[in-house]
Amino acid sequence: MTKSELIAKLAARFPQLVMKDAELSVKAILDAMTEKLAGGKRIEIRGFGSFSLNYRPPRLGRNPKTGEKVQVPEKYVPHFKAGKELRERVDI
Amino acid sequence: MTLTKADLADMLFEQVGLNKREAKDMVEAFFEEIRTSLEDGEIVKLSGFGNFELRQKSERPGRNPKTGEGIPITARRVVTFHASQKLKTTVEQTYAGSRK
Repeated sequence: MTKSELIAKLAARFPQLVMKDAELSVKAILDAMTEKLAGGKRIEIRGFGSFSLNYRPPRLGRNPKTGEKVQVPEKYVPHFKAGKELRERVDI
Repeated sequence: MTLTKADLADMLFEQVGLNKREAKDMVEAFFEEIRTSLEDGEIVKLSGFGNFELRQKSERPGRNPKTGEGIPITARRVVTFHASQKLKTTVEQTYAGSRK
């Protein structure tokens, strides 16, 4: 399912709304989630899962082309943990 | 402060102009459509945000951490999330920048 398919499915669920409302809603939800994570905060959606940031310490990496050693700085990467309902429904 | 479904519904009410009831239902439906797709074995690709993918895990040996007793972890299907390059970059630049 892509973002546009998701928008179409939501629009079908809300016949009183126009397609544009579903589109704006999906964009607004994803933007709000991105913004929250970028601010270093958690997202907790009961029954779906939680998003947080994981710390990656600085490390010595290698440029795969030249074999040269490069210092890779510390960083934070987004992490998702599926919630109970999602976990149970997806497991077969 | 953690972001919750209630926060997202408030945001839809204020920014998109849905009424309170619609805003709450829209947030619920948003996550329900993603759950349903994954439940049906179809991965979800939200461009600019990330992909929710499915992984089949085979049975592996596990241990009860309390008793130390060995018990197998059964085969299962699990959801994994892969953040898009855009989300990763935004997080790296915004969050790393704000901490310095």
